[in-house]
Amino acid sequence: MIARAARLLFLAFLAAFLAAPLVIVTGVSFNHEARMNFPPVHPSVLWYGTFFADSGWRSAFGRSLTIAALASFVSVSIAFPIAYATWAHGSRVARWLESVARLAFLLPLIVLAIIYLVFWSWLGHVGRIENTILSHAVVFVSLPLTTIALGFRSVDPALIEAARTMGARDDDVLRRVLNPMLLPYVVAGMIFVFILSLNEYIIAYMVAGFEVETLPIKVFNSLRMGFQPSMCVGAVLFMAVGILCFSLVAAIGDLPKLLGGSTR
Amino acid sequence: MLARLRAAVLLAWPSLALVGLVAIPFLLLVRISLAPPDPNGLWSAGISLAAYRGLMDRSFAAALLYSLGLAILVAAVGVCVGFPLTFFITRMRRGWQVLWLVFLLATLTLSDVLIAFSWQVMLSKRIGFANLLVTLGLMEQAASLTPSFGAVLGNLIYLVLPFTVLTLYPTLSQLAPELLEAAKTLGASPLVAFRTVIVPLTKRAAAVSFLISAVLTLGAYVAPVVLGRPRNWTMAVLIGNAALAGHNVPRASAMSVCLLIAALLLTGGTSWLARRRGSR
Repeated sequence: MIARAARLLFLAFLAAFLAAPLVIVTGVSFNHEARMNFPPVHPSVLWYGTFFADSGWRSAFGRSLTIAALASFVSVSIAFPIAYATWAHGSRVARWLESVARLAFLLPLIVLAIIYLVFWSWLGHVGRIENTILSHAVVFVSLPLTTIALGFRSVDPALIEAARTMGARDDDVLRRVLNPMLLPYVVAGMIFVFILSLNEYIIAYMVAGFEVETLPIKVFNSLRMGFQPSMCVGAVLFMAVGILCFSLVAAIGDLPKLLGGSTR
Repeated sequence: MLARLRAAVLLAWPSLALVGLVAIPFLLLVRISLAPPDPNGLWSAGISLAAYRGLMDRSFAAALLYSLGLAILVAAVGVCVGFPLTFFITRMRRGWQVLWLVFLLATLTLSDVLIAFSWQVMLSKRIGFANLLVTLGLMEQAASLTPSFGAVLGNLIYLVLPFTVLTLYPTLSQLAPELLEAAKTLGASPLVAFRTVIVPLTKRAAAVSFLISAVLTLGAYVAPVVLGRPRNWTMAVLIGNAALAGHNVPRASAMSVCLLIAALLLTGGTSWLARRRGSR
């Protein structure tokens, strides 16, 4: 009985700890005045109007979404062949590539930021949106690699055997049998990259921060100039995008299984 | 032969991307850390140890040790809190599990910039938290709680917690409940069961989770800048300043190489500890 109460208390405390900043920012975003009041005084959606009327905020939000979407496509285009070659041919090159991808994910972010600052300057290709997209795509490639490999492992070999017996070639197997089964895993991997890219600050800032201002960069720059309720609106929009994406994953796929949980 | 050719075609783009965008940039970092700085540009040609020589002082060593210590502290707290949390989540009914997972993933969706900003709002003078402390009698009068070391520490723990849960989740989720039942039936107290059944089975996952949190903290730039005083600044901030404010890219590269070596030592040490415990 006591153990149960202690467990509930622990969970409630952590839920409050994790939710507190999110709740407070959401609350502040509904304020009527340009002040930090919580709970909001005279709740209104005034600042949402201001956010979308300001072309600076609007374009930063749009730019972030564009970068994240393209980075997630590029990332999957790198991860899928590696996962397929590992699964179908047990390719040694694929395994080596996989460890390079994992290495990129395990470096501290500030080190990656300096690496890409040096790299893009060395190429003489500075301040372009491609820099941010490609850097994000390879830094986060480890995630789709994990989810897609998980997908391949969950394929029943008997199904492939059956398709072969009925005369399907490799391409047919991939297109007609594997692709539909793998789709939720690919989508999950893309969403992970999308979310992480959307929120990444330091790499984006170092490779093209002055020319390609993403929403996190704009919020960080505004932080130095003092409080503006539009920043809260940006945060709320990002939260909404995130919750929507992950709820989508939970709805189309088996979220606990995608995260590597048991299938009980 | 044909299969090999197919594999080569298949892997052409991934190889190009990973060699061109990970391996070469990485080697370039090491190379530039050995270049002489150029006050008017980024770096100049030639080889010099100037950047490393510039790091041979007490303040750099102190900053590196402080960053490592902070990373170990944050990762240890993260695992100690994340472990029971994950364990409880895996024992919940499915609907609750999904709800908790979506909630944790949702906190991940917020950029560290936005999280640091929301902590700043939360800890400001006008808003609840300080007033809550006053009501509880823990504080004399409402004041801003930032910048402070506590705010940096709390924010970093907040950042790593979802990652610890997500890395521990697969292992703890597959831990058969029968194992604990069996230990209980055989007369083991919960503590003994934890030490002899759960720890050996989950040690590896806990080590990975610790490492990911530690590396994440080592690389964290925003939290110390926004929530800390200059003396709470970590290596990440100093590296960023060297590159952005100091315009000394070779110095920033050399510092990055040192931070990487520290991260590698931490990785080696953790996996050595995890293995040594296993042999006993």
